Amino acid sequence: MSADLVSTLQARFPRLAPRPSADHPAVNAPLEDLVPLLRCLRDEHGFDLLTDVTAIDWAPGASPRFTVVYHLLSTTRAGAYVRVAAPCAGPEEAPVAPTVTGLWAGADWHERECYDLMGVRFEGHPDLRRILMWDGYPYHPLRKDFPLAGIETELPAEDVAAETGARVVAAPMAGGPFVASAGEINLTEAEPRAKDESWSDRAPQPGHTPLRQVKE
Amino acid sequence: MATDYNFPDSAARAATAAQEAPSEFQTEKMSLAMGPSHPSTHGVLRLQLELDGETVTRADPVLGYLHRGDEKIAENMTYNQFVPYTDRLDYLAPLANNMAYAIAVERLAKLEVPARCQAIRVLTAEMARISAHLMGLGAFGLDVGAWTVLLYSLEEREKLYKLFEELTGARFTTSYTRIGGVTRDVPEGWLGRVGAFCDQFLPILEEILKLLTRNKIFMDRTVGVGVISRADALSYGLTGPNLRGSGVGLDLRKDKPYSGYEQYEFDVPVGTSGDCYDRYLVRGEEMRQSVRIIRQVLARFPDGPWYAPDARRIFAPPKDKVLTSMEELIQNFMIVTEGPQIPAGEVYFEAENPKGVLGFFIVSRGGGVPYRLKIRSPSFCNLSILPKACQGILISDVVALLGSMDFVMGECDR
Repeated sequence: MSADLVSTLQARFPRLAPRPSADHPAVNAPLEDLVPLLRCLRDEHGFDLLTDVTAIDWAPGASPRFTVVYHLLSTTRAGAYVRVAAPCAGPEEAPVAPTVTGLWAGADWHERECYDLMGVRFEGHPDLRRILMWDGYPYHPLRKDFPLAGIETELPAEDVAAETGARVVAAPMAGGPFVASAGEINLTEAEPRAKDESWSDRAPQPGHTPLRQVKE
Repeated sequence: MATDYNFPDSAARAATAAQEAPSEFQTEKMSLAMGPSHPSTHGVLRLQLELDGETVTRADPVLGYLHRGDEKIAENMTYNQFVPYTDRLDYLAPLANNMAYAIAVERLAKLEVPARCQAIRVLTAEMARISAHLMGLGAFGLDVGAWTVLLYSLEEREKLYKLFEELTGARFTTSYTRIGGVTRDVPEGWLGRVGAFCDQFLPILEEILKLLTRNKIFMDRTVGVGVISRADALSYGLTGPNLRGSGVGLDLRKDKPYSGYEQYEFDVPVGTSGDCYDRYLVRGEEMRQSVRIIRQVLARFPDGPWYAPDARRIFAPPKDKVLTSMEELIQNFMIVTEGPQIPAGEVYFEAENPKGVLGFFIVSRGGGVPYRLKIRSPSFCNLSILPKACQGILISDVVALLGSMDFVMGECDR
């Protein structure tokens, strides 16, 4: 059935390519075909539930760097899924994809989350704000170039920050992060180890500012 | 004499009253932050409400107070190390989360787990469903003024927690399921105690439901309140009891069975009007059906291994073997340091959890660490309807609506 769906879709949208997938039928679509394709899947193939919208960061320098991935589920065809992926347009630092909030109202929060954590800008989204991080947070933490420990930034509560001088500091990783590495690499490289061994809990990180005390 | 047989709902009455008032009595809009520390927001949800009198004119949910970056953390550890983090998603049903994550990775690794392991997982997932729904009902009752229900349901949950503790060693964060199996086999006599729990639980469940189902106060607070239409529920991607309450019979245990759910007979309760009362009724019936499934699992509990024997590069060998045999020691070392070796590929697996459909989208480039792991959390999607569902209802009905949605912020914020 999965090959059927992909070939039916390819007849309608000739620029589609099958996406390697072990579980559900999957297609790679160009960004321009994305919205018509999803509308066709919803209206003509019974995929009426948008279960997930997410993006993958293929590391800085990769081309395309970001891919948006949609998972649709059919409530009428007994648990049939389809996966649609599309490479984002735009410059590497500011990827762009069209919004699908016009098709599913539920895409609203998914796209906000994706913008918040990955920095994918969904064009036409009615209210593209951050959702999990606070407004005004300067980074997109799920990007591959964002460190696990976090980056020191301003405290979002300005009045508290003015009074205490407190900042949002990077997590104390005690010499870590002890990170295992992905990919087909040998045991020594895959073993969890500190990526930056220049500092630890005993020898603090150079340039790290400890929290200041509350003024009397 | 003309008699008015129209009984507009409370929100409509409030809206008309506001319109009919003379201009000097026109009210100003008021802004109210409900939460993040509010008993009816069940954790750290904050609703930024705009009120006209007691009617909500705009609701803006503010999330993220419990955001821990689970997806980022997952990219930085091996597949096995992430199992305890799944406990902390929907922390009212950790056993069900463990199972969903384990099955997702097993699909990626093309690993079949034996029948006994599947049966244990189904059994624990259904017990987790009962415990989560008990908490949901109890808290819902508490929100709309029925104290007693919580006391009854917490007592039953305590019995379940005792059983969980005996099986997994922990009451709350169980981390029981492993990729390719479960941590340990069921203890001796434990299955009998689960059966005994079911026998005594059903009459108590009837009693709990009797406290609410025909309760005049409860019905006044919930019938026709917080109605979510079928079309809205689908459009906003609601799942679980919230979707079924709106009349869509989607249950992945039936529609796309996993872990051997196809062997068991059970019904999928579906609501008709999509109000808070329907969502309550659906949860009540689901607990009965879960007991039915548990009894079927117990009746034909399969023998055999409780982990996949062919998972040599994924599942850590038994501890006694590790301490006595060289080969198993090396294998254990490899799995702990390198992580389980999972082939490259993509997988998206969704399981029918108590709160709705919990999905894991895993992108692997081979090796022991996921390249990208996305958690599709049911509470997040269910709450996305709040700006629409809260529009025009009374602020006291917001409390009933939140109670009936039964969400967990640990899972919503991840």
